[in-house]
Amino acid sequence: MLELKNVSKRVGNQVHLSDVSMRLEAGSLNVLLGPTLSGKTSLMRIMAGLDKPTTGSVFFDGSDVTGVEVQKRDVAMVYQTFINYPALSVYENIASPMKIARRPSQEIKDTVGRVAELLRLTPYLDRLPLQLSGGQQQRTALARALAKNAKLVLMDEPLANLDYKLREELRAELPKIFEGTGAIFVYATAEPEEALLLGGNTATLEEGRVTQFGPTVSVYRTPNTLSTARTFSDPPLNFGAVLKTGSQFVPQPTGGDAAMDAIPVPQKYLHLPDGKYSIAIRPHHLSLHPVVTGNVTLSGSVVATEITGSETYIHMAIYERWIMLTHGVHTFAPGHRVEFHFDRDKLMVFAEDERAVEAPSVLAA
Amino acid sequence: MAKITLDHIRHAYTDRPQSPADYALQELNYDWADGGAYALLGPSGCGKTTLLNIISGLLTPSEGRILFDGEDVTTFAPEQRNIAQVFQFPVVYDTMTVRQNLAFPLKNRGVPAGKVRDRVEAIIDMLGIAHLGDRRASGLTADLKQMISLGRGMVREDVSAILFDEPLTVIDPQKKWELRAQLKVLHREFGHTMVYVTHDQTEALTFADRVVVMLSGQVIQVGTPEELFSTPSHTFVGYFIGSPGMNVLPAKIDGATATIGDEVVSLRGAVAAPAGAKTALGVRPEFVELGGEGLPFSVSRVDDVGRERIVHGQIAGVDVAAILPEGAEVPANPKAYFKPEGVNIYADDWRVEVAQ
Repeated sequence: MLELKNVSKRVGNQVHLSDVSMRLEAGSLNVLLGPTLSGKTSLMRIMAGLDKPTTGSVFFDGSDVTGVEVQKRDVAMVYQTFINYPALSVYENIASPMKIARRPSQEIKDTVGRVAELLRLTPYLDRLPLQLSGGQQQRTALARALAKNAKLVLMDEPLANLDYKLREELRAELPKIFEGTGAIFVYATAEPEEALLLGGNTATLEEGRVTQFGPTVSVYRTPNTLSTARTFSDPPLNFGAVLKTGSQFVPQPTGGDAAMDAIPVPQKYLHLPDGKYSIAIRPHHLSLHPVVTGNVTLSGSVVATEITGSETYIHMAIYERWIMLTHGVHTFAPGHRVEFHFDRDKLMVFAEDERAVEAPSVLAA
Repeated sequence: MAKITLDHIRHAYTDRPQSPADYALQELNYDWADGGAYALLGPSGCGKTTLLNIISGLLTPSEGRILFDGEDVTTFAPEQRNIAQVFQFPVVYDTMTVRQNLAFPLKNRGVPAGKVRDRVEAIIDMLGIAHLGDRRASGLTADLKQMISLGRGMVREDVSAILFDEPLTVIDPQKKWELRAQLKVLHREFGHTMVYVTHDQTEALTFADRVVVMLSGQVIQVGTPEELFSTPSHTFVGYFIGSPGMNVLPAKIDGATATIGDEVVSLRGAVAAPAGAKTALGVRPEFVELGGEGLPFSVSRVDDVGRERIVHGQIAGVDVAAILPEGAEVPANPKAYFKPEGVNIYADDWRVEVAQ
């Protein structure tokens, strides 16, 4: 088990990490999800022992390893840009950490064979890395990390430089590869979809803080704060300020947006005291057609439509911008006023301090 | 702005190409309409950057001609072709302010000061970065710098075309949504011919009126996003567009029926597949319904990806994926029904028409 207690990292007067505490169990897959500069890489470097926290401590299987160098820890890392030894064959690349650890040659042979099979590298073992495609090079780096059989495997956006389809394939394979190794896997990404496909646990990061940590699907469905909900949404989350007045949420649009109709407060939020809140709703919960239960109808002016073939993203000038994700192909001229609908029970509600007032059940209906 | 004509273009990086395999770009004849928004989509090594470099003039094709509005520009250098380019990584002058960076391509060509000012303000407003206009570029984040690069690509009104090479790579996912929509607004506003290279299907499909899908130096299909989705002309297009891609099941075709394993699926109409061809039925996961009717489907895994559930399983020993809505139950011992409008038939990987 890897445990971080109140870890902070400052460089000069810049805060890279702020009071991070988390426990990663053996055999678990953990995703660090957040935008660029949110602290994912800083956190991984401290987990690895590449950096020392300014304050706080790191424990591994009960012993304090704060400040213990990376060489003295049992860690493997995979980076965004594939790092392989260019002069060594794929076989030698995968075998290198085991050779350094002076493992018996039969064990090295067996392990390389097994890992290469897993990552579909068997036909390429005699090649040099530069004779391989990007995906194969990154699989070689992954294979080396796995062959090391480390207790902690850290992967920093390992698929970011790969083709879309290769990413899709490796993403599906990675959880299978993790299974049964007993190691702790930590995987950093900026993409919500990647976190959902990998499963396991997810920690959302923002400005050096871990805003939430738990099973991936439950962080997605029941975010604690508005900012967690926003981090964990692609397309971007639709949100805006409202004033609760009795049984109505009265929108408080910023800037020059058109006036919005009031939204009836869902039953489960009626108990909230009147005052300022933020509401949020995911793009795929907005619909061009009235919904079966709890229907609310609003309208917005179209900014742009994006068609993917099977679906259309309709950008509307509501608050800063709301996006509706609908099935089928729809084209609307910019400026066209489009009516849209949603189930009021799909609304997430956050207090003025951005904390969720109650975890809404978005799975309902 | 210009119509771009590719006239029997072919390119090999070797001096004496012997066989088709020596060509990085196979023969291509195509007109890019004036004011069109095009995307070149394909895996790395498919030839899309080669094609872009031929259009920009960084590369002279081994064979064929390239014409801008009918004028042969095959031997013209990039600067003679009057095009703007936006690259994968920001190209900005760190010591200049945002406004100076945007004004640079105009000043360089002696555009009068008043005109430069108007144009820079129009672009800066469109990008929503007017408040940063007088900041030096050096202090800005990578994505803001890339926005300036995009702005510089758009600032000249008189260019023949604007070429984009993976321009959103360094941008965070959330910001991509904004920038993509802004690119669309800018395209509508100024009507430039735009060519956009990417390996990301979402970017290609949302940006372009027409998407050019490439594989191994060959253009496999040119179509609207809707066409690529509903009638992929090749199994590769079905696989590459869509996530997960199209299911392809080997099938025996006989008139208006397809036989998969021991199961028979009736088609919308008769199909005339060439004799001896390897035939298959293609159906996207969006058109596979799990219920009490259809082909026996053994579930192997269910992925909850938030807005939908992806069910992986097998039909007659072939991997098949189905997409279910958020929160939907996967029925016990389901059968898979293929919605007829989503079924395409392939012979040796190329789509054959189903008679209506």
